[in-house]
Amino acid sequence: MSLMILTVNGQTYTVDVDPEMPLLYVLTEDLSLRGPKYGCGLGQCGSCVAIVNGRAERTCVTPVSRVEGATITTLEGLGTPEEPHPLQQAFIDEQAAQCGFCLSGVILTAKALFDENPQATESEIQAALRNVLCRCFAQTRMLRAIRRYAQERV
Amino acid sequence: MGGSHTSLPVESRLTPAARRQLHPAGYSRRRFLQRSGALIVAFAAAEMADRFGVAPTVSAQGGNTPQTLDSWLSIDASGHVTAYTGRAELGQGMATVQTQLVAEELSVPMSRVTLVQCDTALTPDQGTSSGSMAHPVNFNDGNLALAGATAREALFEMAATRLGVAVDQLTAADGVINPLGDASRRVTYGELIGDRRFSMALSPEAKRKSPSSWSVLGTSVPRLDLPELVTGRFEFVDNVRVPDMVHGRVVRPPAVGAKVVSVDEDSVAGLPGVLKVVVQNDFVGIVAETLWQAMEAARSLSVTWSQGTGLPDQSGFYDYLRQHPSRRSTQVVSSDNVDATLSRTTTILESTYLHPFQMHGSMGSACAVADVRSDTVTIWSATQAVYPLRETTAMVLGRSPEHVRVIFVRGSGCYGINGADTVSYDAALMSQAVSRPVRVQLSREDEMAWGENYGLPYVIDQRVGVDGTGNIIAWDVESWSARRGGRPGSTTPGNVATGALLGFPPAPFIPRAQAPEPIWFNNRGNAAPSYVTGRVGQTMGGTGTVAIQRVVQHVVPSPFLTGPLRSPRRLQNTFAHESFMDEIAVSVRVDSVEYRLRHLADPRLREVTNAAAKTADWQTRPSPRSDNPRTGVVSGRGIACVLYEGDNGYVALVAEVDVDQDTGEIAVTRFVVALDVGPISSPDGVRNQLEGGLLQGLSRAVSEEVTWDSEKVTSVDWAGYKSLFLPDWYHLRSKVGSQIPLIETVLINRPEDQAMGAGETAITVVAAAVGNAIFDATGVRLREVPFTPERVRAALAGSR
Repeated sequence: MSLMILTVNGQTYTVDVDPEMPLLYVLTEDLSLRGPKYGCGLGQCGSCVAIVNGRAERTCVTPVSRVEGATITTLEGLGTPEEPHPLQQAFIDEQAAQCGFCLSGVILTAKALFDENPQATESEIQAALRNVLCRCFAQTRMLRAIRRYAQERV
Repeated sequence: MGGSHTSLPVESRLTPAARRQLHPAGYSRRRFLQRSGALIVAFAAAEMADRFGVAPTVSAQGGNTPQTLDSWLSIDASGHVTAYTGRAELGQGMATVQTQLVAEELSVPMSRVTLVQCDTALTPDQGTSSGSMAHPVNFNDGNLALAGATAREALFEMAATRLGVAVDQLTAADGVINPLGDASRRVTYGELIGDRRFSMALSPEAKRKSPSSWSVLGTSVPRLDLPELVTGRFEFVDNVRVPDMVHGRVVRPPAVGAKVVSVDEDSVAGLPGVLKVVVQNDFVGIVAETLWQAMEAARSLSVTWSQGTGLPDQSGFYDYLRQHPSRRSTQVVSSDNVDATLSRTTTILESTYLHPFQMHGSMGSACAVADVRSDTVTIWSATQAVYPLRETTAMVLGRSPEHVRVIFVRGSGCYGINGADTVSYDAALMSQAVSRPVRVQLSREDEMAWGENYGLPYVIDQRVGVDGTGNIIAWDVESWSARRGGRPGSTTPGNVATGALLGFPPAPFIPRAQAPEPIWFNNRGNAAPSYVTGRVGQTMGGTGTVAIQRVVQHVVPSPFLTGPLRSPRRLQNTFAHESFMDEIAVSVRVDSVEYRLRHLADPRLREVTNAAAKTADWQTRPSPRSDNPRTGVVSGRGIACVLYEGDNGYVALVAEVDVDQDTGEIAVTRFVVALDVGPISSPDGVRNQLEGGLLQGLSRAVSEEVTWDSEKVTSVDWAGYKSLFLPDWYHLRSKVGSQIPLIETVLINRPEDQAMGAGETAITVVAAAVGNAIFDATGVRLREVPFTPERVRAALAGSR
């Protein structure tokens, strides 16, 4: 076990954990966050995504030791139900979900893309979302929501 | 965030955290009622039935649906309505649309309605939330809809007495009743009934509001859960945390049929946090203080297993189905002149269609929390069947069902039976062993190899005779499928993995070589094509014109547990029927839409077929397109239609596809779907279901297949089980320029008709429509799902 300092959604935490443990379990167990989720534990599906130092990372395969001192944003860190982030609002406006289990992967991957590349093209959006799974297959609406966000922010 | 645990709320709004408080309060609805002060919840169904002389009815999917109004609705002094439903929100919008229903029938804003779903201490026993039945069950003339109508009429009666005005001279809006044209005299629902019971039976005569007066139901109300979902606040079952909770992990056999020989507990001795190794028959689990400790311990635990029982060779599996010596046969329909007619017919067409095992493949690996104490058992579960799970959990634990409370908490999308039930048993067993609340989350491999029940494999032989005018005169279908287990229901925990590992048998397989004569036309599995009359005795239950008909199906024992994956049986059968219908049309050089209409008698099925074709600007001509080159990317169109379950949703789909003849890859460029499910409760909700169903159907049609070797399933993650990911279906589109997949929906609204289910309609017709479009583009027929690039290339090579 080791003491680690992480900044998550604007708050700094010191946690005492096995450094080999994936970041996901710090977020869900130690910090009781609901945004990132265990989907596959293999980095394949995207339901565990958080933005770590500006990049959309699969937290289920990221040892916490690798992100010591990092700035981390989960779905909770973007906005609240009362005041959603514009990207989250676009998902509400487009009714872009079914079960909603995949939303950390879809929304945060898109968020990290636009933060880095505000002019991201359609093919860049698709490339970024290449490995994000949604088994309810709400993808048409999700892409509409991402496009809406892209258009409204320029 | 972890959920604070304060005292019981006196108002009737119940957050999930508040519901969790209630668990020391009692486990039957009646005890809960006694302990819960102002919270008005009904008596158990049986007691009310006795009081009112009304027998509890058994709903279409089991359950003992209470016939007492207080079981469904309560209104507090402020006029806030709490509605209790046994139909779960699974991500399909059921919570929002049921709230719309209650708000509409009671003329209150949706913000004044709280919906409590699926909790054996609180809600009516509506059996299983499955298939496409949630809507028909609660939106027609019974259950939740009838409760709303009964309550409104009761409130009007009370108001009539209070105000001294005849009932038909009253009007209601916003939870207030007043005489027509006189807003000065008014009485609120809270004043009329607040915090008291209605103490009356559901009134079968109660009239629902006329759809022409709807202002909330029938509109596209935004989903109530989305703000919490998109901001990461929503509580999934994965997020349930209770005080003193620890973590369990299961260790499943390495091969199908392998049994525990020995468990070396020393292998985890000294590992941090380990509390207990739990072994019961072939169930092995380990409990530790934290999730990570449990995961590490499960990896370290040394278990010696026996050899497995072996699996049939996958490459010959369809022959295995066909040749299995032990089978159970059923006749769906059988006119006595099929063989004689076919023997006299000069033009006979025959084809065989193949469909593999497929997975539900839920995003989330299943999770549940259980708290098993000496006197009570509480399970937080994403099950679609809280009351049945209460019974089977009691069996698993050796306890009485009265001591068990099952609380539904949403999991990731399920589409049938994923690991939600089995992981509930896992959590219960381990909690019982350590006398503490235990949370269990399956690993991805546990979920895919040992968590869920796979969708059914099928071999379907089709044979028709065509007369001199090109019409079908006889249709003969024979199919082979495999099954084992299924939903546990109230008696059969062995139908899912953990129950089976504990030694509970799955539902028995009873061979029956000679199928009895059918006594009615049961086409719930869409075993019969849409084009036969479905004549049994003097009644014709089918939608078509072909009078000479035989449909025989055989089920054999499956090597794997199987279950009702979205559109079970209907999807596989419809793939075969609708592909074969296209083959017949091709053989007589008639347009596929025109040929279908020639053999369809049902006006509503004809209408959706016409509507899809018209919206897609369907050009009348035979398939295949004659002018397509034999290399490069070519385009085609296909159609398919069905009356889902024989009586539960009319759907037709036109698919337009591009086929890259060099690589074998397929891209759907456009779907046009037409749907008639009676009255539409939420147009956007239905569209969302159609869009998701189409793309999920596409993934199943072109990509998904369970794979196995000689002893175990090998598709145990997303690398092995190939779902379509987000951009996969755009891959080819870039070659043709457009980036946006076009899905057009045509909704035929029939407000005065009976409500049907929409959720499983579109997915049922995708494989056939896509396969027909591939044929139209290339002249090559695909008869085995999935249509992988390898199969498409092989079929193209074989035909040229």
